[in-house]
Amino acid sequence: MIRDITIGQYYPADSVIHRLDPRTKLVGTLVFIFSLFLFRSFAAYAVATICLAGVIRASKVPFKFMVKGLKSILILLMITVVFNMFLTPGEPLFKIWKLTITQEGVLQAAFMAIRLTYLIIGSSVMTLTTTPNQLTDGMEKGLRPLNKLHVPVHEVAMMMSIALRFIPILLEETDKIMKAQMARGADFENGGLLQKAKSMVPLLVPLFISAFRRASDLAMAMEARGYHGGGGRTKMKPLKYQKRDHMAYLAMMLYLLAMYAAKRITGF
Amino acid sequence: MGIIEAKKLSHDYQKIGEDGSVEAIYRAVDGVDLDVAPGQFIAILGHNGSGKSTLAKHLNAILLPSEGTVFVDGMDTGDADKLEAIRQTAGMVFQNPDNQIIGTVVDEDVAFGPENMGVPTEEILARVENSLKTVGMWEYRSHSPNRLSGGQKQRVAIAGVVAMEPKCIVLDEPTAMLDPVGRKEVIRAAQKLNREKGITIILITHYMEEVIEADRVIVMDQGKILMQGTPREVFSRVDELKEHRLDVPQVTMLAYELRKSGLDIPEGILTIRELADALGKAGQECR
Repeated sequence: MIRDITIGQYYPADSVIHRLDPRTKLVGTLVFIFSLFLFRSFAAYAVATICLAGVIRASKVPFKFMVKGLKSILILLMITVVFNMFLTPGEPLFKIWKLTITQEGVLQAAFMAIRLTYLIIGSSVMTLTTTPNQLTDGMEKGLRPLNKLHVPVHEVAMMMSIALRFIPILLEETDKIMKAQMARGADFENGGLLQKAKSMVPLLVPLFISAFRRASDLAMAMEARGYHGGGGRTKMKPLKYQKRDHMAYLAMMLYLLAMYAAKRITGF
Repeated sequence: MGIIEAKKLSHDYQKIGEDGSVEAIYRAVDGVDLDVAPGQFIAILGHNGSGKSTLAKHLNAILLPSEGTVFVDGMDTGDADKLEAIRQTAGMVFQNPDNQIIGTVVDEDVAFGPENMGVPTEEILARVENSLKTVGMWEYRSHSPNRLSGGQKQRVAIAGVVAMEPKCIVLDEPTAMLDPVGRKEVIRAAQKLNREKGITIILITHYMEEVIEADRVIVMDQGKILMQGTPREVFSRVDELKEHRLDVPQVTMLAYELRKSGLDIPEGILTIRELADALGKAGQECR
């Protein structure tokens, strides 16, 4: 059924990582990504590998879900590797036709490949263990300081959560309109790309009209229930840091220290 | 003073032409006087375009009168400073259940109103539990609204309003998009709120069956109040209702036809039970 699709790629399980505050997970992911770019050293990457493996184990999410995200960047990964290998100037290793592979190039390519792979896996850990709702909540609270710079944090978070709520409804509606059009002889399956794109027009027009009507209804319903923007609102389930979140922040610090030490000590 | 009082209320819809000038004015509500006492169950009946939904939207200041005034618990809806207090006093449930649920989880949606009002966290939790239990949806608190039936969604919407602890709830055709089972669920929830919590209910509908238990029925046509009174009073005027293309409940219609063809039964019969009793009595007299 079309209404059964899940948004995002949340993998429900009961683990320490799942129970962490979404803010902690957001910060943790950012720290991890920064560390990959900050410490360019194989020893440091070994530390990162061990830590990432530990977090994946603790999250109880099967490893194959983590790798899923890699498929989409496989081509990008290959292009990056090839370009880095051939185009980095330095000590020539060997020559194929007019192209030289340099020692620096091979190193650079290896670093880039590791960085991109870990970046994807690292952020997958976050999206797999956090529901979209928790993520918007976490972003709303975590980014609140940006309010001072006149960034409408609450409004953006509210829009995101409303969008999440309406995706299945609009999908269902698309399905309904499609069937109604098909019953009157519309053809969505045959023809070339252009033909297919053209046949989407009679589908999109009613969908847009209905979406606008829904938006207007929803705005009225929100007003009727006293919505007046983010000011003066309270929360039923406010985000609160627990002991495990403090532990997680401590672990992040230790992780950064370990990365730094690994790079300094081995120098490789 | 009543909880809701409208004086000579009129509302115009304007059709704006492409050059920004007013092309046409359509008067949706025309000089309506309304006085609702606290704790009553009021039903407003009428056709599409009779102005009943427009009237409803004036009762919590979604629309403002073009002429006349509306008072909610003594507060003028035109007074912008009182807007929040008015919306807290008179809650509103709309027709389409999908388009009024904001939360992605049932309990989060019910909490939306109290959150807007700035109610402290512990009290929100208590209110959410209380109102979901009142409408019988507590077991579904962690469900996604997308997987509920129409009647269930509408009950969640009612719970969302109840959690704001209003004195009055306006239901604007809450059953128009529901199946018969869902319709019954919603009406029952509204009746329960009226009886157990003393909340004033204003039910807007075009289903005649839903209004027979109301304290007062108001029939609207072309923006005006056509007639009002107890359901029995209103439904004894079958001829008049039919003139305005309004239906009466099936039982009432049957009783009316029987009476017209000479059977001795009273006017304004509303339930099957009543008709059966009346027929039994008439039958005994015949013998």
